[in-house]
Amino acid sequence: MDKPKSVKILKFHPERCDGGLACEKACSQVHFKSDEGGSKSAIRILKDGKSFKMQVCDHRGLCIDMCPVGAITRKKNGIVWLDKDTCIGCQACVGFCPIGAMRKSDARIEPFKCISCGACIRACPNGALELIEVKIDDIREVVYHKQGV
Amino acid sequence: MLEGQISINDYTTGNTKHKWDVKKILQAHRVIFEKIYKKGKVEKGYANRTLYINLSKKEIEEKKVTEDMKRKFTGGRGFGLKLLWDSIKSDTRWDNNENELIITTGPLCGTTQYPGSGKSLCLTVSPSTDIICDSNVGGFFGPYLKFAGFDALEIQGKAKDDVVILIDGEKGKISIETAPIEETNSHLLNEQLTKIYASEDTEKSRQKISVVSAGKGAENSYWGCLNFSFYDIRRKVCRMKQAGRGGLGTVLRDKKIKAIVIKVEEFDGVSNNPADPVTLARIGTKLHREIRDLDRYQCNMRAVGTSHLVEIMNEYDLLPTENYRFGSFPKASKIYSTRFYKYFTKIIPDGCWHGCTMACSKTVDGFTIKTGPYKGQKVTVDGPEYETIGCGSNMSLWDPFWILEFNFYCDTYGLDTISAGTAISFYMEMYEYGILNKKRCDGLELCFGNGEAILEFLHRIARGDNTDFIKIASKGIKRVKDWLIKNKWGDPQLINDCGMESKGLEYSEYVTKESLAMQGGYGLTLKGPQHDEAWLIFMDMINNAIPTFVDKAEALHYYPMWRTWFGLNGLCKLPWNDIEPSNNSETDEPAKVPEHVQNYVDYQNAMTGWNVDKNGLILQSERCYNWQRAMNVWMGRGRRKDDWIPYRSMGPVTEMEYLSRVDRYEKFLIEKTGISKKDLENLSLQEKMKKLYEYRQNQYQKLADAVYFRRGWTPNGVPTPQKMKKLGMDDPKMLKMLQEKIDEDEKAGLNVWGGKYEKNERPPSIHPKYWEKW
Repeated sequence: MDKPKSVKILKFHPERCDGGLACEKACSQVHFKSDEGGSKSAIRILKDGKSFKMQVCDHRGLCIDMCPVGAITRKKNGIVWLDKDTCIGCQACVGFCPIGAMRKSDARIEPFKCISCGACIRACPNGALELIEVKIDDIREVVYHKQGV
Repeated sequence: MLEGQISINDYTTGNTKHKWDVKKILQAHRVIFEKIYKKGKVEKGYANRTLYINLSKKEIEEKKVTEDMKRKFTGGRGFGLKLLWDSIKSDTRWDNNENELIITTGPLCGTTQYPGSGKSLCLTVSPSTDIICDSNVGGFFGPYLKFAGFDALEIQGKAKDDVVILIDGEKGKISIETAPIEETNSHLLNEQLTKIYASEDTEKSRQKISVVSAGKGAENSYWGCLNFSFYDIRRKVCRMKQAGRGGLGTVLRDKKIKAIVIKVEEFDGVSNNPADPVTLARIGTKLHREIRDLDRYQCNMRAVGTSHLVEIMNEYDLLPTENYRFGSFPKASKIYSTRFYKYFTKIIPDGCWHGCTMACSKTVDGFTIKTGPYKGQKVTVDGPEYETIGCGSNMSLWDPFWILEFNFYCDTYGLDTISAGTAISFYMEMYEYGILNKKRCDGLELCFGNGEAILEFLHRIARGDNTDFIKIASKGIKRVKDWLIKNKWGDPQLINDCGMESKGLEYSEYVTKESLAMQGGYGLTLKGPQHDEAWLIFMDMINNAIPTFVDKAEALHYYPMWRTWFGLNGLCKLPWNDIEPSNNSETDEPAKVPEHVQNYVDYQNAMTGWNVDKNGLILQSERCYNWQRAMNVWMGRGRRKDDWIPYRSMGPVTEMEYLSRVDRYEKFLIEKTGISKKDLENLSLQEKMKKLYEYRQNQYQKLADAVYFRRGWTPNGVPTPQKMKKLGMDDPKMLKMLQEKIDEDEKAGLNVWGGKYEKNERPPSIHPKYWEKW
């Protein structure tokens, strides 16, 4: 099978964001059929001084090698995907994600993450989010073993 | 080298592949007896029943776990002790029909969120020590046993022919089947049975199987370990962890059990049904992050496992070398963790249970075997861990490949690397002194550093070689000492001082000569000299944090209790203090790692719904610890005489050892015994050594005095009925037995302190029968 070479990841334009969090609500609809946003959303918009910043998966895929049961894989379209049915809820990926993008809600034991579905983009009234295509080789990271010794 | 994010299917080990005629193997099975059972649900960490199998009587029963049993024994090793107390007799020996092999889980076992939560605790009456031996082990069996419906598995009796015990948690069936064709050695047997019993031909299905086995070596020695398998979906190999100490595998094979196979239907992150899964995930994630951020600056477990200890121990003169004669060696850098790191396979989650991000279970894949029945084959070697490398230095093996070869064969033959390594080191020292020689060793040239002879020794054990030396040597140091002395081949004192065993069990791999507290950590133990009760060398020797006997006794109370707690719950000790929060050194008691202790309080409460505090955890341990000591007493041991340790663990036995550290010992003599430098210079070497010998022996007895008193025991080391009642352990049979034993000791004049006290010193209590006032 040919390995994917690129992946679509979210890009944030903070200058257009009004902090309305429509994106988070749309995201929690996708993952939990709830419009609570917040801890049930894979994308988080956080206050950053007077502006905003986004916390979301950039599909670097460090978590792939962390999963003891192989529940995390890179799909054909390049996105890093967590299979809920295979996951055994150990939170290794949550704990080791360097940017806090593997998310965990109290609603269930299995974590969840951005799947680049675009729901947040469609929900944003100000066009503050977009999906951009990047080369996987540019963002890919190798696991912590290498940094160990 | 692999660079990460290789899809699971693309990983290859390069190991030799085997083709098995699975059909033929299975067709040869004949079901001897079986039982259908109702699958249950785990509630707040407990399956609430245990499984009893009697191989002689062909019985399978379920036993209920009562609330009283949970309150008194918590779980895990505690449950094992309770089941043994109810089943064996005081004179039961390892190969008696009524001896049991017990595998337990514990209420926290099987949690995936908190690292180190997959341990099984195994118990039996040990062939080495004639008392109960407990040994903890990773792998998937323990968690699966619970998810299949049982908090513990208890096996009594013996089968006539080799059997496999299958616990099928998918179908709700237990069956005992003859198993005539399978391999016996674990690395192959695991592969066969995993293939046979997996529901589908997929990695996912194979991961739901775990096998307990012990190989040919376990049949023919007292060093049999239990191999617990865990299937690795990346390497596509059945890996294994060992319940090493005390000959559990010897008992398994004596019962004619080739393997115990367990299979689960499904499990997930909340299969334990914790009372509070949110808290569990929170504290687990916090620890994952600590490991992520700090491990590489602390122990580097994720990269090299426990092998990082080799360089530290060598640096502090604690790495056992040439049968503990020395604590460091010029060649030691050849076996530092950096050497093994080169061979370890990287970028794989190396936990022995899911979710353990400490990931210390390293392997060398595609390792080419150079001796024995698998010569030329490429295999996965699980390890080596620190202890196994320490055996290498102890046998003066300075080549990583010989250590790997030793590691591989010990594992697959079902031999405990620690017991085998320590014993061989002793035989080598005896060989050097001419007490053993080529003829007495049946042609083996067991001189230090002879890797080929070491491996040949293992192969002969596995083949069931019937010559005198192999037969006796495979039963351990204690028997060999008796044999050497009986044949008048050497000075009995030299032989007794050098043989590193206590209670019949071989020492694990630390030099304890300069740390009195650590001598107690090995000697004043329940099962024998193993570092899992207390590791106080740094605290005592380097930091001088426990200078008085009272301080040392407090440490030898707290740490054994604390470490016992892991075994009651099905946990690994490593994530407690082999990773520390960054601000740990600023806390009141850094050695206890207070933040992690609080994690465990929160963890147990979140699982069980109880409301205990940190003192409550110690109380849980104290109950079981005293119970086990009381059982040792019941079995005719567990007294001061049984806590004897060899002088090699206290000080220099030979002139060479003394002279190699002469400044240290002379400084010690001047500072501790009060002798002036001038007077010391007038003493001969032998006189100096004798002075040191007497001083250190007395120190050890004084330490035992202080520790027995702190633990609530008599001066002869017997737990008192008063103490037991205070702990809430009110079994009338137990209390009566203890009182009788104390009365016997009283009559024999044994209820007296062991140390010789000067005029200005006091023993722990000046009141005879002080315990009666409690």
